[in-house]
Amino acid sequence: MIRAEAISKSFGKLNVLRNVSVRLDAGRVVAVIGPNGSGKTTFIKTLLGMVVPDSGTVLFDNQLIEKQHTYRSQIGYMPQIGHYPANLKIRQLFEMMVDVRKNAATQLDEDLVEAFHLKGLFEKPLGTLSGGTKQKVSAALAFLFNPSVLILDEPTAGLDPLSSEILKEKIQKEHQNGKLILITSHVMSDLDELATDVLYLQDGSVQFYKTITELKLETGENKLGRVVAQLMSQPRKSHQNIKTLEFSSLQI
Amino acid sequence: MYKITKYVLYDIVRNRFVMGYTLLLLAISMSFFGFESDPNKGLLSLLNIILMVVPLVSIIFSTIHFYNSYEFIELMSAQPLSRKAIFLSEYIGVAASLSLAFLIGVGIPTLAFGGGASSFILIISGLLLTLSFVSLAFLASVITRDKAKGIGLALVIWFYFSLVYDGLVLGILFSFNDYPLEKAMLVLTALNPTDLARIMVLMKMDISALMGFTGAVFQDFFSTHYGLLIAMLVLMTWVVFPAALATRIFQKKDL
Repeated sequence: MIRAEAISKSFGKLNVLRNVSVRLDAGRVVAVIGPNGSGKTTFIKTLLGMVVPDSGTVLFDNQLIEKQHTYRSQIGYMPQIGHYPANLKIRQLFEMMVDVRKNAATQLDEDLVEAFHLKGLFEKPLGTLSGGTKQKVSAALAFLFNPSVLILDEPTAGLDPLSSEILKEKIQKEHQNGKLILITSHVMSDLDELATDVLYLQDGSVQFYKTITELKLETGENKLGRVVAQLMSQPRKSHQNIKTLEFSSLQI
Repeated sequence: MYKITKYVLYDIVRNRFVMGYTLLLLAISMSFFGFESDPNKGLLSLLNIILMVVPLVSIIFSTIHFYNSYEFIELMSAQPLSRKAIFLSEYIGVAASLSLAFLIGVGIPTLAFGGGASSFILIISGLLLTLSFVSLAFLASVITRDKAKGIGLALVIWFYFSLVYDGLVLGILFSFNDYPLEKAMLVLTALNPTDLARIMVLMKMDISALMGFTGAVFQDFFSTHYGLLIAMLVLMTWVVFPAALATRIFQKKDL
């Protein structure tokens, strides 16, 4: 469905992505994890065309995404933090999205709008909403147009336990419908329930990209959190020499 | 194509700052026309205030609005919309609301109390001035990611065109006053949107005598319809060029 081929990106001197090649298939739920600043968000933004890689290509359904925008009608994106125009009402935001995205073929999926009781808040200006409610709005918008790919950046951060469960159930349901779902999160227990694969990024390169079953077999652990902890404590594939060099120069 | 514009407008029109700006302009215009029995004098005082306030408010509000909408712009760029459509929608939304504020705050009182061709020119040049500083603001906003730097850059642009530029021109005039500078002055004026707007109005009001020895040249050039048209076209370039440049930068920018 989505193929990233050897993408690299640097901001100034900082190499945020180094030669990342990944294939993401329909029907999978891929957890993108890694320490802070490991390039997760940049990776996601590259897939969405928000960040243009210095080298390498991204293909969506075998089409290059460069300078394209129509492919994004098949992607639902939930950003990490949703900031919306403060004086706009929720209803107007939804109307605008419908204006922008709806065509005759799409059937609106209002499951989350109903589950989060957003209709009751429809006349509220977005500027007055709490962080959690904004998060619910973002989630409902991501799922609204029944896209075949969902990209969720820290979806459960800031949600109360009940809403978080609702969202997770929805993610599972869409997984069953054969969609490709990408999730970044630091909450391992959530990912354990949802994900089928783990893509682990560190310092901008892929450390491993394996199915959860594989990982659990390899490490002999049965919780994703412990699996990741064990893998993280192992010596890393690359950049090791650079790190030791940095330390030694620090000591001098 | 510009489906978002409507909603950007909804949002800004309800913004307190824009409402305040409209009321401020309205209060200034009303008081000037109230104090002066001669509408031409009122127009002249109004012009001087407009030349300071309109660029300042336009550039600062547009820059702040752009940075505050950053996450929203990000979200929009994850939708099936081209970068150009997103950027121009934002631009049109901001430009239209500030123009509307100007039309209500200055346009209506001027037409009601001032009247005549010079008030008409005042409104046109004020509108173009608003638009050109919105363009400059958008340019400043896409150049840097950092909000504080962006606003700083916007302020520098305003300082330069409203205060520093005149000083520079005066310096040039004094240092080279042995040479014929008339043609050069015309070019120098074209390089500053604020000066262009000022001169368009002053020439229409027929008070070029106030402008010293280059006034005569300006009078010759700008008071004709031809000259006025040229001035207006140059001012429009100040609207289009920075906006086009900003769009190009935004299309390649990492969000």
